Amino acid sequence: MAGTAVRGRLTWQTATVATVTDETLAVRTLVLAIPDWGGHRAGQHLDIRLTGDDGYQAERSYSIASAPGEPVAITVERLEDGEVSPYLTQDVLAGDEIEVRGPIGGYFVWDGAAADSVPLLLAAGGSGVVPLRAILRHRCRVGSSVPVRLLYSARSQAEVIYRSELSAPADDVQVIYTLTRQQPAGWTGYARRVDQQMMAEVAWPASGASGASGPLAYVCGPTNFVEAVAADLVALGYPPQRVKTERFGATGTP
Amino acid sequence: MSPVSRGFHRRHQEAEPAGRVPPGQYVTHDFPVLSAGPTPHTRLTDWTFSIEGGQEPVSWTWQEFQALPSETVTVDIHCVTRWSKLDTSWKGVSLDVLLDAVSYTAPYVLAFCDGGYTTNLPVADLTGGKAWVAYSYHGAALQAEHGGPARLLVPHLYFWKSAKWVRGLRLRDTDEPGFWEMYGYHMYGDPWREQRYAGD
Repeated sequence: MAGTAVRGRLTWQTATVATVTDETLAVRTLVLAIPDWGGHRAGQHLDIRLTGDDGYQAERSYSIASAPGEPVAITVERLEDGEVSPYLTQDVLAGDEIEVRGPIGGYFVWDGAAADSVPLLLAAGGSGVVPLRAILRHRCRVGSSVPVRLLYSARSQAEVIYRSELSAPADDVQVIYTLTRQQPAGWTGYARRVDQQMMAEVAWPASGASGASGPLAYVCGPTNFVEAVAADLVALGYPPQRVKTERFGATGTP
Repeated sequence: MSPVSRGFHRRHQEAEPAGRVPPGQYVTHDFPVLSAGPTPHTRLTDWTFSIEGGQEPVSWTWQEFQALPSETVTVDIHCVTRWSKLDTSWKGVSLDVLLDAVSYTAPYVLAFCDGGYTTNLPVADLTGGKAWVAYSYHGAALQAEHGGPARLLVPHLYFWKSAKWVRGLRLRDTDEPGFWEMYGYHMYGDPWREQRYAGD
């Protein structure tokens, strides 16, 4: 468990929303100006706290969408029966203040250090692409040349987050989509939920390299997606400890 | 003093039962799954539960474990990612029964699991009818994605302490961090004091 930093207390501070960008009809990126941010690692998350005028508070965690060194950004998907995500995706405006603390988490991270110089398989279900986008941006910023394949499962092309950014990937980064519900005319890509056949075609071969030289997988999305991808990768020979997963929390009311 | 978030208000008007939902939590009716890696699938014939670090190591096979006296409990559970789930029903073996089989003085344990997960707990939080090794959830065998065949159940602490796929306890003289604790989560994790991260 190298790279573990002993931290002090994570304190709440007031951030200002710098910019608001719509990614899809239901997904919005907020860039936050945080006065005292100690930096973060690609893949970490932060906590947001909102306060109503009656004092009511709600807290949620969101993956950080930006690379270390970039202004902190979060990308939020609106869940219609949610309490915090509708506010962050519909009501909040540039200049508004919200409380944040972080960064949090040190397992689902990629630093681009020497030990990370192995092929990366990134698998995203829906807005699970957010921390993986931070990894992709970090890879560019540190000048890493590790080959990357991103498998991105979305319901339709209109629901693909960061679509224009992902349409021009860096060298040695391949983006493979599967559109599970609706495909544009002439679509020749995958059009089904992930399965072992798809993973066998997309994933770097585990190739017996079971140790630290084998590929590293980061899988993020809803539980069903993560369970399926992780199980398929293990079946294809990936050692479980080379498959890092991040599952969304409650599906009902975040 | 927290700044007011312009236009933000409570959307869920249904009152949560008084005194049952810790600060910063909301009630969900789902049962979310959170784990750091693939779900392990251990055959019951290969499964054992061990307690190491006492005077003599002890170990039970699955069959022996099923023959231990069990309890059915209904408890509320609280995940550090902020969901709480009320009135969850579990069947399993009390840690009182398991630790009674060992002679020890150590004040801490590290729970260890298939998949390599660990978490640290004080022994005092496992004894006195507060903790179980559960193998059944609402009357059915505990599903693998929820920690089956058996998981710790320590409902008075944040749920990451209720380690999935648990295979045993290591008794220890000092409190050393487990998996999430090494990554900055709280060493103890009391939801009523919102001990989410180190320093809380």
